[in-house]
Amino acid sequence: MPNPTRIEINCETGVESIIELTDAEVAELTYQAELAAEKKAEEDAAAAALEAKKLEVLEKLGLTADEVAALLA
Amino acid sequence: MANTFELIAAVTVGAGGASSIDFTSIPSTYTDLCLKVSTRATGSFPQGFMILRINGTTPGNVVNRYLTGNGSSASSSVISNADGSAAQSQGATSTASTFSNGEWYIPNYAGSTAKSISSDSVSETNGTTIKASMIATLSPATTAVSSLTIVIGDDGSGSLSNFAQYSTAYLYGVKNA
Repeated sequence: MPNPTRIEINCETGVESIIELTDAEVAELTYQAELAAEKKAEEDAAAAALEAKKLEVLEKLGLTADEVAALLA
Repeated sequence: MANTFELIAAVTVGAGGASSIDFTSIPSTYTDLCLKVSTRATGSFPQGFMILRINGTTPGNVVNRYLTGNGSSASSSVISNADGSAAQSQGATSTASTFSNGEWYIPNYAGSTAKSISSDSVSETNGTTIKASMIATLSPATTAVSSLTIVIGDDGSGSLSNFAQYSTAYLYGVKNA
């Protein structure tokens, strides 16, 4: 299976080239995708932890989220 | 105030798709640059993003300030370690045959100071959730802009994808005199 390609257009000459990515470039893209997936997982985990913390505080206060919103409005 | 727009180069993505669109050897004879795009990614996701990189390897401390709305809520945020100027796009699970629209404007691109860039973009899928974004970018690149690279990816995971066939990009030179 051929590697993905990129389009390069030289603005001085107007020549458009379709260039196949090198194996190193494909490996870099794969690595970046893995990094992005790890970062997304960390962000999701942090958001879930924050939500759990909010629910814990609401439970301690004995209030609903709507009641807190009304208080702060 | 700009009074001329000249088409520098135009690209339409072919049947094989493309991982990036690169404009090289951009002449420094204009006042500003304007890049207009209509794009869709091949990846299986609804909402996508694009990143515009300056001069190949852009330092990773580009700052993007977002104002985004999706029809039911609006948000504002800052990402200070980006590697380029962001914009909105869409992926293969958005409504068939629809493409996002967007524009980047790069004033004083040939100067030797940091580059302020603005983008406005919107996904055009006929779904219940669409996004419109206005983004102000500050790039620390102090050299003249001689090349621009656009990549596209998944707004959810952050991973890169490919431009779908019929995606287009038009680079204009703008003169104010």
